[in-house]
Amino acid sequence: MSASDKRDGFVVFDKVQKSYDGETLVVKDLNLSVAKGEFLTMLGPSGSGKTTCLMMLAGFETATNGEILLDGKPINSVPPHKRGIGMVFQNYALFPHMSVGENLSFPLEVRGMAKSDREVKIKRALDMVQMGNFINRRPAQLSGGQQQRIALARALVFEPELVLMDEPLGALDKQLREHMQFEITRLAHELGITTVYVTHDQTEALTMSDNVAVFDDGRIQQLDPPDKLYEEPRNSFVAQFIGENNTLDGVVKEITGDECVVQLDSGDLIDAQPVNVSKVGERTRVSIRPERVEANKERLKEGAHTIKAQVLEFIYMGDVFRTRLKVAGNENFIMKTRNAPDQVRHKPGDMIEIGWLPKDCRALDHD
Amino acid sequence: MAPSDASDTPTAIGNETDSKGRLLTSDGRPLRAALQRANRRRKLTALGLVAPLLAFILIFFAYPIVQMMWRSVDNPAVVEALPRTLAALEEWDGNDLPGEEVYRALYEDMLADEELPRAEQKMGPLAVRLNYEISAARSAIVRTARNVDEMEAPYKEAFLDAHRLWNDPTIWRIIEREGRPLTASYYVAAVDREYNAEGEIVQAPENRQIYVALFGRTFMMSVVITFMTFALGFPIAYYLSTLPMSKANLLMIAVLLPFWTSLLVRTSAWIVLLQGQGVINDMLVALGVIDDENRLTMIYNQTGTIIAMTHILLPFMVLPLYSVMKTIPPSYTRAAKSLGATPWTAFRRVYFPQTLPGIAAGGVLVFIISIGYYITPALVGGQDGRMISNEIARHIQSSLNWGLAAALGTMLLVSVLILYWLFNKLVGTDSLKFG
Amino acid sequence: MTKKLKLIALSSAASMIALSAAAQDPVSLTVVSWGGAYTESQQRAYHEPYMAANPHVTIINDDGSANALAGLRAQSQAGNVTWDLVDMLPSDAQLACDEGIILEIDHDAMLAPAPDGTPASEDFLPGSLGDCFIPQIVYSTILAVRPGAFEGEQPDSIADLFDLENFPGKRALQDRPGTNLEWALYADGVAPEDIYDVLATPEGVDRAFAKLDTIKDEIIFWTEGAQAPQLLADGEVAFATGYNGRMFNAIEVEGMDAAIVWDGQIVEWDGWVVPAGGPNVDAVMDYLRFATDTQRLADQAKFISYGPARASSAALVGQHADLGIDMAPHMPTAPANYYSPIVLDNDFWADYGDELRERFANWMLQ
Repeated sequence: MSASDKRDGFVVFDKVQKSYDGETLVVKDLNLSVAKGEFLTMLGPSGSGKTTCLMMLAGFETATNGEILLDGKPINSVPPHKRGIGMVFQNYALFPHMSVGENLSFPLEVRGMAKSDREVKIKRALDMVQMGNFINRRPAQLSGGQQQRIALARALVFEPELVLMDEPLGALDKQLREHMQFEITRLAHELGITTVYVTHDQTEALTMSDNVAVFDDGRIQQLDPPDKLYEEPRNSFVAQFIGENNTLDGVVKEITGDECVVQLDSGDLIDAQPVNVSKVGERTRVSIRPERVEANKERLKEGAHTIKAQVLEFIYMGDVFRTRLKVAGNENFIMKTRNAPDQVRHKPGDMIEIGWLPKDCRALDHD
Repeated sequence: MAPSDASDTPTAIGNETDSKGRLLTSDGRPLRAALQRANRRRKLTALGLVAPLLAFILIFFAYPIVQMMWRSVDNPAVVEALPRTLAALEEWDGNDLPGEEVYRALYEDMLADEELPRAEQKMGPLAVRLNYEISAARSAIVRTARNVDEMEAPYKEAFLDAHRLWNDPTIWRIIEREGRPLTASYYVAAVDREYNAEGEIVQAPENRQIYVALFGRTFMMSVVITFMTFALGFPIAYYLSTLPMSKANLLMIAVLLPFWTSLLVRTSAWIVLLQGQGVINDMLVALGVIDDENRLTMIYNQTGTIIAMTHILLPFMVLPLYSVMKTIPPSYTRAAKSLGATPWTAFRRVYFPQTLPGIAAGGVLVFIISIGYYITPALVGGQDGRMISNEIARHIQSSLNWGLAAALGTMLLVSVLILYWLFNKLVGTDSLKFG
Repeated sequence: MTKKLKLIALSSAASMIALSAAAQDPVSLTVVSWGGAYTESQQRAYHEPYMAANPHVTIINDDGSANALAGLRAQSQAGNVTWDLVDMLPSDAQLACDEGIILEIDHDAMLAPAPDGTPASEDFLPGSLGDCFIPQIVYSTILAVRPGAFEGEQPDSIADLFDLENFPGKRALQDRPGTNLEWALYADGVAPEDIYDVLATPEGVDRAFAKLDTIKDEIIFWTEGAQAPQLLADGEVAFATGYNGRMFNAIEVEGMDAAIVWDGQIVEWDGWVVPAGGPNVDAVMDYLRFATDTQRLADQAKFISYGPARASSAALVGQHADLGIDMAPHMPTAPANYYSPIVLDNDFWADYGDELRERFANWMLQ
């Protein structure tokens, strides 16, 4: 992670390892740096180590090895209540026996703040999430989205510089989730707080974050801004995990600079951009995004590579068409085309020719 | 469905009204009636489902309780045995011995009783009943009745000769007072009162007062036991709730073990542990904590009862607590800590308040059960570790004063109900969680 | 099954019932007693020989005697008498008899005469027969002492029970006024024959409780008969009161180290009553005639150290069936033991029991 080491580190994980049973590592040699004011998302499938990392940062788990620094100071031995980190939990963890106001008052009370100051801050925090009228309600009397807002307000009310969020939107329905994604990023940027956000939802990660760390198998597979992550996945896992992806297996035939020729298992030869293949004869998996595949000859750019395909299925989805093709032996090759007046609607059984630009076709590791 | 038929479309239902302005269904019936008909069937089904349990409770729970309450005031013995005597006593002034006519009436009652078949004779129950009120009444009745056919007028003299008690106006006052089908005397006795010569209710002599003090002690000990089960049960329930299911179940077995152990085994175990020459004392002596002359008395007294009952009743506290704690996710405490609370504050202000329903349920269970406990106190309680139930059991099993037992039982029941009502007022039963 | 077949099956079942009725109906008798060594002695002395001679009879033991009176009354009030024969104390028997829930007994007609022809009413020990009560044994409540508790002089009287100076240590007493009050007066110098007269006066009661007060702090109360020997055996107490049969059993059979003090032994009968309205009255009467004859009563003394209630049985008392020791010296009625007996006055306890039990409960509470 040489890229991250160079950044100004407000939160730094330095060679952190974590094991629960002394035999297997849940987190393997984690190095990560989060800049002040940055919104970083830890994205990964369940069991990838992302939540463990968050819990180590919050202080609920201890690192087995390595060091975690906050604002330059090691915090391994600082108990959670002295770290001053705001946290939003998966199920909000609003105290059910306290009203909304009491929930927000709690972090201020334990800091010994005077009542009048508390009231001002509580009101400001509630207004911030547009929940000013709910101060006397109990959490059980609130909807999921409202509870979410209160949990957010509670994590922010004592003005922490760092806020952690553990899949905070998982329990909300789609529409509300999209709305809250927007609210959270707006607040985070307005207040200038540093946010570490954990999710397994890639859309959430892409839409909200400044940087996304993709976790798998206890390691960060790639740490990049969303667009780079999507368009330039560094390896097969990231390519598969982020967005939809077509893959074709083959062997590298030749490499010249930033281009290579791959012989697919079906025998076809295609051009691709080598990403983490290094020598001729290596097995590779090439990855092409469905929306970069084109069947309309007139729309194909100069230098595009073409290949024969058989239409297996045509799905009308309104704004786009999804066409399932058989390409070089792969029967799950998806082509996504925009619904435009000049766009062709294929029928199953049609034999067509499709194409893509070599730079959109990335030759990745074959695992 | 034809879209043109407006009354059949969903939006049109309910828009029709009859002359009184009530809503109608699509086929013209009042909507309210249709709803009631639809609900009636559901109510019948519900009734059918609860009926067996309801019948069971009525027969085996409500009926015996009502019968017990009835027995605490039921007073047939005097009325049935001495109808003539009671009639004659109406003329009596209540001060000196009654006149000849009363003794003659008593003679006639006894003679009439003699004629009845044995199982229907009333003098036996009368003797038992009057002996509760005054000692030696049993022999006065039974011995006099046995020889009544040899008696001759004047009867007053004959009775005075037969037994000294007939020479005592007290027994006549008692016969007159108890010559009614209902009596309050069992309750009078149950609160350590008695009737004086003027028929007023006064404090019983100090050396015969038992029940009020015993009620007080029973409540006090129940409170102590409830607190002990809480103090011991809370940490273990907390620990159990943090363990994975398999380990928690294993430990739970250890907690539940007293449930499955027979009373005798349990009692012997306590005796072996707690008695003067027992394991604990031996250990303390061996360790030099106490010397051999001053062994601790931990059994056959209040301490013994409290230790034993705390042991038995612990599961009743642990189970509701555990089931409540199990539903409190660790994220609450974590949230509190992340908000800056120390572990103690997080426990006190966030975790503990959420366990209150479990504490309340466990407390109510343990308290109510311990108020009614009697076998254990009888075996390990010695003289000062006994409870009111031991007296009730004694009156049911050996002294056979079932009326007094019923009065004491009713008082116990009513006091538990009052406590429950108070509890409901203060805490609210809807917050109870019995697990 | 066809209708015809059903009919045949039914009629054959009916004929089988008729057949067995012509022979002797199987009868099952429920006999209620005290359990433990006592029921065991009845099983071996009475039940087993009777069942051997009458194979159609099965005898089932029920250990309900401790609450016999309550049980009898409850069964009678419920109109469902399931007990056939009950072993109980004469005071309780008198109460039950007064209430009419047990049968009156015509002793000479219903019970076997002595081998020499003496009628039953004269053969049973004087004063032991009740209107509804057939005595079986004479038992006594005695004091037992753990010899290891004291060096030198050993306690040998009831007065020593109350002598904390010479004989300190815990005492196990039964948690009821009976025996305790009698002994308190006896230890205070009242002659055995005067005890109940004194106890019938308020001053006498005060005197008894005052005497009990002197050892109150050293008393451990026992409830169940088995507790007393246990407390002695565990070394918890120096003295324990108990039934002489249980103490005999603990000492001779189980090898407990204790000595019996026969001074002031409180003597009482124990025997049979027949619940009224029971299902097998005729069968019970036949059993009773057998179980209360001279030989059977003598036999019971082979298994437990209680004295037979018939005068004619005394000569037949032999050796313990298992231990082979001579039983006569262990009888409460043996001349060497019967030197200062207090004969329990059931009439007194019937009259004064309610009041004294309350007073005793109050005293325990103080």
